[in-house]
Amino acid sequence: MKRILPAPLLSLSLFALWLVLNPPPGAGQVLIAAIVAVALPVAATPLRPQRVRIRRPWVLLRLILAVGRDVILSNWLVGRAVLRAGARPPSAAFVRIPLELRDVNGLAALAVITTGVPGTVWSELARDRSAVLLHLFDVDDVPAFVEHYKSCYERPLMEIFE
Amino acid sequence: MWVEAAVATLLVASGLATLVAAIGLVRLTSFFQRMHPPALASTFGAWAVAAASIVYFSALESRPVLHAWVIPIVLAITLPVTTVLIARAALFRKRQRGGDVPPPLHES
Repeated sequence: MKRILPAPLLSLSLFALWLVLNPPPGAGQVLIAAIVAVALPVAATPLRPQRVRIRRPWVLLRLILAVGRDVILSNWLVGRAVLRAGARPPSAAFVRIPLELRDVNGLAALAVITTGVPGTVWSELARDRSAVLLHLFDVDDVPAFVEHYKSCYERPLMEIFE
Repeated sequence: MWVEAAVATLLVASGLATLVAAIGLVRLTSFFQRMHPPALASTFGAWAVAAASIVYFSALESRPVLHAWVIPIVLAITLPVTTVLIARAALFRKRQRGGDVPPPLHES
């Protein structure tokens, strides 16, 4: 089973992706989707150094909703700060955040979240993965932001991936 | 009628987000500040266009046409590659010139 389907979640996503991209789903498309879903993960196994294990789907769902809310909120705040930049320059700063998350897939997800939120840019990860350097666009209360970052993003990712 | 209003609202919202992103690129002064506004276009801008496309074509063909959602998802997965690359290159260049940026993290 593991030899044929090394990454069941990836296979499932590829299967769904193929069917969504090639409507309407007839028998032929289902067959091609199945071939893609089985063949691609096998071919990609050497490229994936660590198996992805997703532990708690409901935590993942909550994380996605929280990130969606934060992205929209941050869009609004950054947009407003950009339009006001002439009168009040944004208080941009680098912030070093110590990390407890070590799993590479979790860190990749954290990078996706950080880049997705407009007010934060992932600038540098320490070589031993013990800290990350973020650039913040306009944050007044830095300790509160660090607390929010760790409790809303890092801790759920640790629960999901570790 | 309702569909057209919803699609129009989404498209205008997306256009505004992208416009603000472009204004930010022009008006902000430092490199790292300018890295932030384009995220408006790639998150909210892309989401609103994808939602508009789904609403419009689902109404037109009277069945759910969902494949536009793949665009924001793939954008979200691939964007960090370029963003992190550019940020690290900028940090490296500024450190070489002795600019006002934090030192490398490895010694901590």
